[in-house]
Amino acid sequence: MAPFAGYDMPITYPTGAIEEHLVTRRSVGLFDIDHMGQLEISGAGADAFVSRMVTAKVSDLVPPMARYSLLLDEKGGVIDDLFIYRLPQSWWIVVNASNRAKDFEWFKAHAPEDVAVVDRSDDTYMIAVQGPRAIELIDKVANMAVSSIQRFNWGNISIDGVPVLFGRTGYTGEDGGELFFPAAEAQHVWELLLAKGEALSIETRPIGLAARDSLRFEAGMPLHGHEISTEINPIEAGFKWACDFEKEFIGKEALLAIIDKGVSRKLVGIEVFGGVPREGYEVTSPDGKDIGHCVAGMFCPTVKKYAANAFVLPDYAKVGTEASVVIRGQPRKAVVVKRPLYLPAYRR
Amino acid sequence: MAIDKNARYLESHEYAKPEGGNFVIGISDHAQAELGDVVFVELPAVGKTIAKGATFGTIESVKAASDLYMPVSGTVVEVNEAVKNDPALVNKDCFGAGWLIKVAPSNPAEFDSLLDASAYGKAIGEE
Repeated sequence: MAPFAGYDMPITYPTGAIEEHLVTRRSVGLFDIDHMGQLEISGAGADAFVSRMVTAKVSDLVPPMARYSLLLDEKGGVIDDLFIYRLPQSWWIVVNASNRAKDFEWFKAHAPEDVAVVDRSDDTYMIAVQGPRAIELIDKVANMAVSSIQRFNWGNISIDGVPVLFGRTGYTGEDGGELFFPAAEAQHVWELLLAKGEALSIETRPIGLAARDSLRFEAGMPLHGHEISTEINPIEAGFKWACDFEKEFIGKEALLAIIDKGVSRKLVGIEVFGGVPREGYEVTSPDGKDIGHCVAGMFCPTVKKYAANAFVLPDYAKVGTEASVVIRGQPRKAVVVKRPLYLPAYRR
Repeated sequence: MAIDKNARYLESHEYAKPEGGNFVIGISDHAQAELGDVVFVELPAVGKTIAKGATFGTIESVKAASDLYMPVSGTVVEVNEAVKNDPALVNKDCFGAGWLIKVAPSNPAEFDSLLDASAYGKAIGEE
């Protein structure tokens, strides 16, 4: 166990990080992610308010749709990344644990009088069920077939009497869903999912933070504080696609200026030969010039590569560019590779 | 936690185990459990002579990278190629298939100065 954003979180379960990663890719992984925060935004002005606060287009979202977005400051720095669910009477916004308080204050500080921003994190539990057999498992435990819910949509289901908001979303690159339900039912739902997996011979294992990180990394998803942060703008991080320039949003002017001027660095994937790249390691050109640094790195269990995400000078960002990553004082051969290393199930 | 009675140990968790006139060197069961999943091992070339206490390689797990220290001085006579290709062998069988290198000792008496199984067990808080 390790402290994470005020929660005691398992880095790995006894299964071990690599096996947890592989179980999620071949069957079902269960993720206890109660640390994630949930904000609910409602009121007469809520639609216009949410649209101005986040980068993604939300005007076309109707129930039961959901969408990924960024939350920017005026400089274009990324305060957080979000998943936004359009509920019938409100907006349900899922935020990162470590940014929960900051996000809540940011929304509240900008909210007009006809908008209510409520932090629903404490009374909401969140479990992710991910993997190629995740939908099959939930179909069997829920009162309805979640397989009928489209990717990036949600539905109201019930599991053994517990009302659950089920989003067909996730952070692993696999099919599956994220479950929101009353916190008092956490153990009940968790144990039921494990027991049903066992009873139905659908291999289902609890997954710790280490495998959660390697799964998202392989699938090309960002982790705030690494690929994105208030010191990183979405253009250099490759998230222009998550920004709707047809509308107004906080940070838009800054992004337009950045696009106009050109970025000073770019996020790339790097495969490394002869060691494990990790956060903070320097990236150098073949002639020894400092060209950037790694923001995340690890052994990737499914693609069986040692790889990093790094910000490098734009001249070195092309796939196939040779570079070195300095591992414990030694430059190791590396090459810029295409991201993601593992194509998410819903993009295949 | 398994402690191989035929091996002797450094406090930094490397073991040396007599085999013929040589020593097999690896890391203890306690060490592999503490490291978690091992994902990379870098080992010296055959023929290299390394002193007791000097680093002979690196082992990296999901969590962290650690130096490997020689429990006895000697010349590397064999390197476990299998473990370089499948570092998880260290987790599965650290005293068997997950061994790291074999050395011809330059001073076999150094073995006696290492912790025996009982002393090592005490050092890691087990009996």
